[in-house]
Amino acid sequence: MAENEAPDAGTPMIEMRHVHKWYGDFHALTDINLEVRKGERVVVCGPSGSGKSTMIRCINRLEEHQQGQIIVAGIELTSDLKNIEATRREVGMVFQQFNLFPHLTVLQNLTLAPIWVRKLPKNEADEIARSYLERVRIPEQADKYPGQLSGGQQQRVAIARSLCMKPEIMLFDEPTSALDPEMIKEVLDVMVELAQEGMTMVCVTHEMGFARTVADTMVFMDRGEIVERGSPQEFFANPKSERTRLFLSQILAH
Amino acid sequence: MADITQELPIAAETPPPRTHGLVGWLRVNLFNSVFNTILTLLALYFLAVTIPPVIRWALVDAIWSAPNGQACRGAMGQEGGACWAFIGEKLRFILFGRFPYAQQWRPLLVVVIFVALILASCDRRLWGRRLVLLWLAGLAAVGVLMWGGVFGLSYVDTLLWSGLPLTLIFAVVGVAFAFPFGILLALGRRSRLPAVRAISVGYIELVRGVPLITVLFMASVMLPLFLPTGFTIDKLLRAQVAFILFAAAYLAEVIRGGLQAIPQGQIEAADALGLGYWQRTRLIVLPQALAMVIPPLVNTFIGTFKDTSLVIIIGLFDLLGTVNAALADANWQGFYVEAYVVVAAIYWSFCFFMSRYSQMLEREFSKGRQR
Repeated sequence: MAENEAPDAGTPMIEMRHVHKWYGDFHALTDINLEVRKGERVVVCGPSGSGKSTMIRCINRLEEHQQGQIIVAGIELTSDLKNIEATRREVGMVFQQFNLFPHLTVLQNLTLAPIWVRKLPKNEADEIARSYLERVRIPEQADKYPGQLSGGQQQRVAIARSLCMKPEIMLFDEPTSALDPEMIKEVLDVMVELAQEGMTMVCVTHEMGFARTVADTMVFMDRGEIVERGSPQEFFANPKSERTRLFLSQILAH
Repeated sequence: MADITQELPIAAETPPPRTHGLVGWLRVNLFNSVFNTILTLLALYFLAVTIPPVIRWALVDAIWSAPNGQACRGAMGQEGGACWAFIGEKLRFILFGRFPYAQQWRPLLVVVIFVALILASCDRRLWGRRLVLLWLAGLAAVGVLMWGGVFGLSYVDTLLWSGLPLTLIFAVVGVAFAFPFGILLALGRRSRLPAVRAISVGYIELVRGVPLITVLFMASVMLPLFLPTGFTIDKLLRAQVAFILFAAAYLAEVIRGGLQAIPQGQIEAADALGLGYWQRTRLIVLPQALAMVIPPLVNTFIGTFKDTSLVIIIGLFDLLGTVNAALADANWQGFYVEAYVVVAAIYWSFCFFMSRYSQMLEREFSKGRQR
């Protein structure tokens, strides 16, 4: 349980204070308060429609919050485009549907942002990209197009693509939900490795095994609120709230 | 369960009918049912009735040389054949029109340059900055050759530009400017900024709602009335601008179709990587959107190419204009069919090329997409 040490020594990387969001009349996020410290691994779970994805997408402003404060890596997210782009450079995101660029090869997917956003020379970007492909164990796929890869391979490319920007924080939005069961493990393995290297991570996922292995903090959301948070031991052994208990019984039943 | 695995005697079967070889092909494609057999026979009958007379008119009974129209008609038999002598006499005028006769090597060279540029665009190895430079150099050469006034070439007024070079200039310059303008309009129509969106929508709907002829008329007749006296804009330029503005509105809507087909996830992935709006648009959105709309894009290009023939209405002599002028010659009256067959063949060869080119592009862009 070495990786579950309380990381309170770290500086805060993400601070969300009294964050609210509405879609029309629907209150999607209600008074969200969350602090993620450097190197902390937070796993967010909850029933579908509970606002997990919306919350994580607010952190790099793919969704806009309407009330409250979000400070990421010391930069407050407002409508200021410069701040948003600066934040996004430091925050990597992995999506449920991979969202690789189908018209570019794997290598081009990886080098695009380093070349255009970080302004790296092409050969340097290539080198970094190949080293990350090595780490996600698909160096031989560099010149293929995403459509020629399996789902698990595509998701690993997507992780590598985010890592090429050398982000401070990685966000995972249900990274294994669109995968066939036999491919989930290869993606989770990569994520566990990343966690062990000390990456600050926020993962929305239903993979409770993964959560037990890597999480420092479990967050349970329901109906747009954070209902419960705590260490995984606490969270799985004696959940405080009735809603958490119900959710866990449903998800761990089979 | 038992009777499923029970062994049944296999009946002897005759082999299926042949499906390859000439006989097999005929059977599968032309005579595979009573109805199709009837259709095939009808089609054969139709071809037998129409093809021989066309060949007789165009080749067998055709007159290849004659001093004038009278002689041509006199030389024909009762049936009447094509008078290609008319084309032989007038081809140079049809192609280059009123451009000074002694200088007509210049428009000829212009046509050669255009064809060379178009062929060069087919070579994938040249794609990119080099091709753009090649086109810019080519267009500069076209300008020098047509206008003259430098390098010892005599100056030729744009009112004398005519025939095939004029058609090609209208089409190529029109598409070259209308395409980027159309992209901007399409992006504008999907912009988050209300003013940009309103202007784009207003422009597209206004221009699409009026016939090209009225736009050309406005450009050539009305515009000068509004300009201060003594201030004139070249008539050719006015028509060219009218073309660009018109084609851009159509292209914008085609491109918008492609933009709308891009999944939101692509845009989010680009945003999440920190790409700005223009980087995202240029690197992620447009390459995918444009590849998706190649068939309707080329459709619009072909339409624009043929629409250039409408400039005849404001007194410019494009390819169709020079043909009409050639037909007005009192010595050679009434050879409409010959003239229009030739013009149609010229238009067709350019359009057919565009269509083949678009198929090549589609193949090129779909490489690696299929699983």
